[in-house]
Formats: sequence, structure tokens, C-alpha cells
Amino acid sequence: MLNHLRPAIVLFVLLTLLTGVAYPLAMTGIAQKLFPRQANGSLIEKDGKVIGSSLIGQNFTGQQYFHGRPSATTDTDPNDSTKTIPAPYNAANSSGSNAGPTAKSLIDRVREDTAKLQSENPDAGAKVPVDLVTTSGSGLDPHISPAAAEFQVPRVAKARGLPEDGLRKLVAAHTEPRTLGFLGEPVVNVLALNLALDALAPAKPAAAGEANR
Amino acid sequence: MTLNGWVQILVYFLLLTALTRPLGGFLYRVFEGQATLPGRLLGPLERGFYKLAGVDPKAEQHWTSYVLAMLLFNLVCFVTLFFLQLYQNHLPLNPQGQSGLTPDLAFNTAISFVTNTNWQAYGGETTMSYLSQMLGLTVHNFVSAATGIALAVALVRGFARRSGKTIGNFWVDLTRCTLYVLLPLSIVAALFLVWQGMPQNLNAYTDAATLEGAKQTIAQGPVASQVAIKMLGTNGGGFFNANAAHPFENPTALSDFFQILLIFAIPAALTNLLGRMVKNELQGWAVYSAMAVLFFAGVATCYWAESQGNPAFTSLGIDQQASALQAGGNMEGKEARFGIARSTLFATITTDASCGAVNSMHDSYTPLGGMVPLVNILLGEVVFGGVGAGLYGMLAFAIVAVFIAGLMVGRTPEYLGKKIEAKEVKMVMLALLCLPLANVGMTALAAVLPQGLSGLSNAGPHGFSELFYAYASATGNNGSAFGGLSANTPFYNVTLALSMMIGRFAFIVPMLAVAGSLVVKKHTPASAGTFPTDGGLFIALLVGVVIIVGGLTYFPALALGPIVEHFSMTAGNLY
Repeated sequence: MLNHLRPAIVLFVLLTLLTGVAYPLAMTGIAQKLFPRQANGSLIEKDGKVIGSSLIGQNFTGQQYFHGRPSATTDTDPNDSTKTIPAPYNAANSSGSNAGPTAKSLIDRVREDTAKLQSENPDAGAKVPVDLVTTSGSGLDPHISPAAAEFQVPRVAKARGLPEDGLRKLVAAHTEPRTLGFLGEPVVNVLALNLALDALAPAKPAAAGEANR
Repeated sequence: MTLNGWVQILVYFLLLTALTRPLGGFLYRVFEGQATLPGRLLGPLERGFYKLAGVDPKAEQHWTSYVLAMLLFNLVCFVTLFFLQLYQNHLPLNPQGQSGLTPDLAFNTAISFVTNTNWQAYGGETTMSYLSQMLGLTVHNFVSAATGIALAVALVRGFARRSGKTIGNFWVDLTRCTLYVLLPLSIVAALFLVWQGMPQNLNAYTDAATLEGAKQTIAQGPVASQVAIKMLGTNGGGFFNANAAHPFENPTALSDFFQILLIFAIPAALTNLLGRMVKNELQGWAVYSAMAVLFFAGVATCYWAESQGNPAFTSLGIDQQASALQAGGNMEGKEARFGIARSTLFATITTDASCGAVNSMHDSYTPLGGMVPLVNILLGEVVFGGVGAGLYGMLAFAIVAVFIAGLMVGRTPEYLGKKIEAKEVKMVMLALLCLPLANVGMTALAAVLPQGLSGLSNAGPHGFSELFYAYASATGNNGSAFGGLSANTPFYNVTLALSMMIGRFAFIVPMLAVAGSLVVKKHTPASAGTFPTDGGLFIALLVGVVIIVGGLTYFPALALGPIVEHFSMTAGNLY
């Protein structure tokens, strides 16, 4: 027993130094040199200020923006630290809803969201694309399906006073195809699309007032 | 289901198959002490380690000594990780000022990482300091994986060696596996993942002012270095709470493809190592084929079930049809970039192996879709399986299979040239029977105690599935979850940790006893009466044994959870 104690402790310490200190620090150093943008979180800056990450979704509620998927992330309740409150797209506390398929709460939520989407988008197609009423696994999904973007085109066009066809071209330009032609699904990055939208036709002042936070 | 979805699945499988032989050959050379490229580069380091640790790399160990060394090493790991997390608030590299973990959570997480489970009772970005992530979790991702691989190699030596006494040296196997296999592959993988968009920094979390003027705090950290070994070592413990669904922990479809390749790479290669060590690679491919059959059965079922979507959505005016413009299907808890095919492929693989990383939330799967990961875990994660654990688990079933074949013809069974006798069969049954004690037994306990029931987030049969999945995952050292369960309570932290310990050590020790018992036996040359274990008949028998043993043990419990929920859902009942 005792003859195993020395190797157990010494090898543990040595392997810890190698895999827990040298390895992550070396990787950090190399990654910062080779891929500085990705290694620091693919941040997007505008006028010198960080406005988000191209990989992390944001909460959009204004009529002049394309909206992302519902998000189930939460934050600590400022009034009671033992409770949580909904905080969509909280990038410091990723999580999904974990609602089961037969949960009444899930079906109620989806029913409400569907009705809201249909009233906000009266000129859209009859059916709501499923990704617009389901929460993502991380609560931070930066993407929506092309169908979900198309669903919102008439609303955004009206709010911005832009022709629908021009907007469809913008959506098409921001649709990322499958990687190597077959991996994953075609998606639209909502933040990138909205940034392009702002560049094309700056949001009317009303848009800022509509932001709910 | 779409054609493109199946192309993704088939390309994955073909690439995995192509990697199996070269990587298996590399592993063989490492564990046989032959020259390898990393061995030439890091050889001085390996010899330095032995000198400081007082290890004679040529001195081999009897199986009892091998077990003792492994257990003692795991004890040292457990104790240090427990205290590291308990006192992380007094230690450096904590830019977010995370507080120390509660003792029960630190206990659970320490057991979890030492047993290669990586159950996430902790919240990742809201709980762990960077020091705990690096010095704690990353290190244990390496050494618990190396421990599993070492044990599998030791068991294979039991078959391969003739009239021997020893099954290798634990310290040597541990060191070589970490230095020559896990570390070099992790370095390459980490850089690939950073290139794909995974952060690798020690910065504090970033505050962003969003387009609509809100404040968004974006969690950061040394993610890629941990995720590389998390997947390669089939550990699965997330840097972030949402694990591989988090866009930073799995930014693109390509990073997703790469990560699932990392999960199965070593487990698949170990089947080839088995073949090489017993001097007949077909024996390895037979085991590989049995695994492949079970893999395709799982992924086809899961992919089909999730593609159907949620019937309760249809009447609400929601489009769940797959088309050129959307993936469709049951998208609750899934990411848009992965859709249904990549999500279900990932879910199947992570539970075939004892990985437990998730790129979608299993709790929100349809009843039958969610039953696939659960069944994969309950069958013992022998479909390629965890690094090492998958192979020694499948070898346990192989011993049962040849035993049953032997009973049918009334002849002492043999496997890989060794007679399988009463002692081996007893030990294997002991290992296999410990598992239901820890998963079904503990589930029953939690289902009647208020401390257990208070943690459920879903009502009805889905709530039972949540409970059952938790103990199945802990016992199988998987670590994925039906995440709605509030598992960070003293009751769950302690009982789940117990399940993890039983699932790991009560399985390993009897299997090493099998190795010790086999290694002293003479080689029995194959004769006309030998049941060939490198052909189709054996593959079918092995698959049958895995399904029958699993089915007999777990069908009643599955009927109470996902099966009844499925019929309930099709009848339109909600809870």
C-alpha cells in the first residue's frame, strides 16, 4: 500500500502541472497568437464599444429588427437571491427550458408565443416556423432558420419602410449554407442581419423606445 | 428524416471506421512500449516522471497490485479536487469572484470527475473559477480517461498473455496514455476548435451593450483546452452550463462533427488494439461490428422520433415539416445550426459512449427520442463506449455470450484463446449486477422520498424519466441529464455520487479480477469444437446478449417512464 503512495502523489502532481497548468496556458498563448478574434469570444465592436459576440444571440423585441428564438435563460432575482427570474439571452447563465414534450407549461407557452407572433406578423404565411416558438438548448442560439427569417420579412419591411424584395435579398445574403455543403442546417445569424439592416437604413428613433430594457 | 441527415450520419461512420485501424495501431505501439513520434519527443519527460515518482517502468504488477495503485491514485485525485473546489474563493484565477462550492456539491463534482462521469450538478460559468476549471476539471478529464484506457488494456493483456502472472504496470499505462495519446491529440483538437470559434482566454466576462441597448454579460474562459479533452476522453463535463449546445462550446456544424469524432475515436480504436494484442484483428472487427449494429439502431430510432415533432404543436398552427428553409421536427431544446440530424446523432453518440456532453437538451426530446439515450446508457454504454470503459464493458458481455453459447452445446466456452470458467462468469455477473442496484435501486429510493420528488421539474411519466435518467447516467458514468431535475441538493449530490462510485469501481474491480484470472491460463488453440468469435454468428449473439440482459433488467422501469409517456402523448394528454 505504502509503496504505491509515493507514485500516486508524485505522478498526480506532475500530471497536474502538465495538463492543468502547462497545457491550458500554452493553448491560451498559441490561440491568442494564431486566432486572436476567436480566442477572445468573436466579439463585435462598434465605435470602439463591444456590442456583442457574433456567436451569441441577443434579445430582440423591436418591430424594426428580426427576432431570434425564444430563450429560457434566467438570472438571479434581485429581490430574492434564492429565486430566479426570466432573463432571455443571459450569456452568463446558459440553459434550456428542459420542458418535456407532454408538459402543459410548454404547450401553453408555445400557444401564447404563436398567437403573439401571428398578431405581430399579420402579413406572414399561415404557419409559424417551429424554431420561432421553441427555446434553444443554450438559450443563446444566434441563429434562426431561413423560414423564420422569411416569416418576419413583411413586418420588418413595413416598420423600416423598405421594399420586401430588397429585404429578402439581404436575408439571402446573410443565410449561411451548410458547411462543406452537407454539415448542419442553413441558418441566418440574427445579430449580423440586424447590423446589416441598420447599416442599410438606420433604425428610426422609435425603435430605441420600443426596446424593452 | 432527410437524405442530407443520413448523409451526415453515414459520412461520420465511414470516417470513424477509416480512423479505427491507424489509431488502433498507434495505441498498440504506445502500450507495448514501442517507438512512436510523441514517445520520441516526450520520452525524457516520461523517464523523468518515473524517476521522481520512484517507479520502475519494467516492474509489472499482479492484478491486485494494479487495482490498488489505481484506487489509491483515484483517492488522491478525489481529495485534492474536493478541497480545490471548496476553497476556490481563496485561490487565484477567479476573475468573476466565484464563491467556494458547498461541501455536498464539491463532493459530488469530485466523485463525478474522478469516475469519468462529469455529471453537472454545478453550473459551469456561474460556479467554477478558471483555476477550478483548469487545475481541477481539465486535469481529471485527462487522468480519469487515462485510467479507463489503462484498465481496458490491462484486461486485454489478461486475454493476450499466456501463463503469465502480471497484467502491466498501472503507473506506466497511466503516464504513457496521458503523455503520448491524450495530450498530443488534445493540443491539435484544441487549436482546431479555437479556429472554429471557441474562446481560449483568461479574461473576465465581457460586458456588451446590445443593439437594443441592453447590457449582456458574455461568459469567457479557457474553453477550448478543456473541451478538447472533454470529448477525446469521453468525459463530457461542460465548461458552460448548456454544455455543447452553448455556441462558445460548439460554434459550428464542423466543430460539432469534429467533437463527435473525438468521442468515438479512442473507443473505436481500442477494438482494433484488442485485435492486435490477441493477434487476430478480425476479433476486434467483430466487436466493432456488434457496436456498429447497436449504434445504427439507436441513431435511426432517435432521428426518426425527433423528426416527427410534437403532436401537440400541430393544432396550434406551427410548421414542423422539414424543408429547404427549415429543419423542422421537435426543436425545443435544440440549436438551429444543428437541427434534428446533428442533434440526434450527437445524443446517440454521447450516450453510446459514456461521454455525456450534450448539444441539445435531452429532457425536451419526444418520449421515444429521449428513450434512446436512456437505453444506450442502461445497456452499459458498450456501443464503442467510454474510453476503456466501453471495451471492458463489451468484453464482459462477450464473456456472457460465449458462456451462453457454451451452455447450448455443453462445452467449456473459450474466448480469444482462453477458457472461460466459473470464476470469470461469476465475476462478470457480479460486475453486471451491481449496475441495476445503483440505477434502478436508487431511482426507487428517490421516487418515494420527498427529497427526491421535490427536485422534479416535469410532472407525470416524464418526471419519472427525469429521475431514472439521472441515476442511470450517474451509474453509467455518463453525465448527461434530463436537465430539468434540480440535482444540486444534498440528497441528490450524495446519492448520485454513490451511484457513480458503484458504477465505476464495483464494475472495474471484478473485471480486473477476470484479467488476473485469465492471464495465468494457458492458451487453448482453436479446434473444430471452438465457437468462432470473429464471425457473423458471434456478432449476432453478442448484440442479442446486450439487448436481452438490458431488456430483462430495465424494461419494467422504461414502461413506467418513456413508454407510457409516448402513448399518453399520442392520446393528447398533458401534465
